[in-house]
Amino acid sequence: MVASLQLHQVGVRYGKQDVLSGITTPLLKGGEVTAVIGPNAAGKSSLFRRIAGLLDGPGQVRLDYRGEALGSEGVCYMPQDTSVNTVLTVYESVLLARKQGTDRRVRDDDLEAVDQLLSSLRIEAIAFKGLCELSGGQRQLVSLAQTLVRDPKILLLDEPTSALDLNRQVEVLTLIRSLSREREICVMIAIHDLNQVMRVADRVLVIDAGTMVTCGPVSEVITPGLLRQVYKVDGRIERCSRLCPHVMIDGPVSH
Amino acid sequence: MASPSALHLQTARGAYRALVHRKKLMLLALLVVLTLSVVADLGLGPARYSMREVVLALVGSPEMSRQISVVIWDIRMPTALMAIIVGAALSAAGAQMQTILNNPLASPFTLGISAAASFGASLALVFGVGILPWAVEYVVSINALIMAMAAALFIHFMSQRRGVTVETIVLLGITLVFTFNALLALVQYLASEQALGAIVFWTMGSLTRATWPKVAITSVVLLVSLPLFMRRAWALTALRLGEDKAASFGVNVRWLRLETMLIVSLLAAVPVAFVGTIGFIGLVGPHIARMLIGEDQRFFLPASVLSGAAILSLTSVISKSIVPGTIFPIGIITALVGVPFLFSLIMSNRRRSW
Repeated sequence: MVASLQLHQVGVRYGKQDVLSGITTPLLKGGEVTAVIGPNAAGKSSLFRRIAGLLDGPGQVRLDYRGEALGSEGVCYMPQDTSVNTVLTVYESVLLARKQGTDRRVRDDDLEAVDQLLSSLRIEAIAFKGLCELSGGQRQLVSLAQTLVRDPKILLLDEPTSALDLNRQVEVLTLIRSLSREREICVMIAIHDLNQVMRVADRVLVIDAGTMVTCGPVSEVITPGLLRQVYKVDGRIERCSRLCPHVMIDGPVSH
Repeated sequence: MASPSALHLQTARGAYRALVHRKKLMLLALLVVLTLSVVADLGLGPARYSMREVVLALVGSPEMSRQISVVIWDIRMPTALMAIIVGAALSAAGAQMQTILNNPLASPFTLGISAAASFGASLALVFGVGILPWAVEYVVSINALIMAMAAALFIHFMSQRRGVTVETIVLLGITLVFTFNALLALVQYLASEQALGAIVFWTMGSLTRATWPKVAITSVVLLVSLPLFMRRAWALTALRLGEDKAASFGVNVRWLRLETMLIVSLLAAVPVAFVGTIGFIGLVGPHIARMLIGEDQRFFLPASVLSGAAILSLTSVISKSIVPGTIFPIGIITALVGVPFLFSLIMSNRRRSW
């Protein structure tokens, strides 16, 4: 096993107020994708920031790489907010993400890594555009490139596809899925679209109002009961003609 | 034969290398402008010398009379060097203030650091009150320095509070400017006629106060600060992607900001302490650098330093050229020239720079 992540009673506190508490997961292994779902303001971003070491709080975040404890430097986190007001170009911004914590000299392998990533995400055409000139979706792709170029062992993606069109969503999630498998990266990803969750994730962690509802395999967690309890909607899980499960929403909970 | 996608990759890498090459050329061009300006600055004064005479005096040619060498080396050189060092320091301070506070309006002048320094200096000029009583010779400069550093650190610690936005920092700076200007006015009101004249001259900013020891001290501060910034070039550039993003790259944002603000407060305060209030360099220098070269700190910082130095040196040339034989206080000229210059740059620049 290459990388792994395990949470035990993890929480986040702002001042005296607990915004997140009691998050416990089984061992999340490299090569697996865990989706973090829940309503708005449930505490998903706080959880990611806590794992990335950007917030303090109670509980234990255990990060391992090749059997040894890993500091938060092994975690690559893509924040939800991608707004910027800088004239840095896309290429420069991805390169600088790669060069953090290293020397000032730019080497051939740095440029090669940036080139390959821009190509994987199909954003070479905007490589020399200023970040402040990009659309929301383009900014999200660039932010993803900045995160992936750092060779993550543990990857935390906070709604990485929320501004992308359907085609790009599928493409990006497929790329994340395959990178996770190929490089044995332990991925945690927050997504609102439950159908995408079912396509990409192995496991789901559900948070509601700052507490953990459940954590388990996708097929066991995403059920009509969960839709009712967490999202307050009536719905069904049905299989399409290709036998893939899909969430069908009937409407708000009928009392 | 290379595949089309491989060719495309080579192009992206090649384009980046070409971009870096262009930035280096731009830095070279700024250096040339600065050099020419310094030579012109050395040639101007009550006695005017041609560029050839200045260069020959600088290289110690026997063709030049002893008198010209003395004028150039002993009288004009400290002033000309002070112009470039002060310009460089203020511009570097402004560049890093804008970076760490994520604010295009941040500069020692707009955030009240210069006003605090003026107030500190006025205390010494009017009442002879030294914050450090044993340093009698540099009492004005030290008072200005301490007040400026206190203002810079106040801005920094306030900017660390939760919920403080970019707009709040600007408003905070404006309140500092008003507060220190009011205190300065109070001191001026209480001042004797002679002390009042000294305050007014000090607040106008003038390079004629330059001496070799002051040039040396300011140079040391600049030469120590710049490598410290350059060592953190990638981390400082990452701040331009936002605090969260930089932190997610492993940058210790809180520490980087504190460290940078401490260096910036020295860089901003020392020149103001020695030559008085010189506005707009800390604002205009970084903006010109950003427009010419972008925000990669490996190039942005040297470009800010060179453009700030060149602007103040050129302003020194202008201050000597308006009325031949008279040197206007440079603080007046920087404001008069700097504002329309910045305005024209902003209006003519098609590419958004902030």
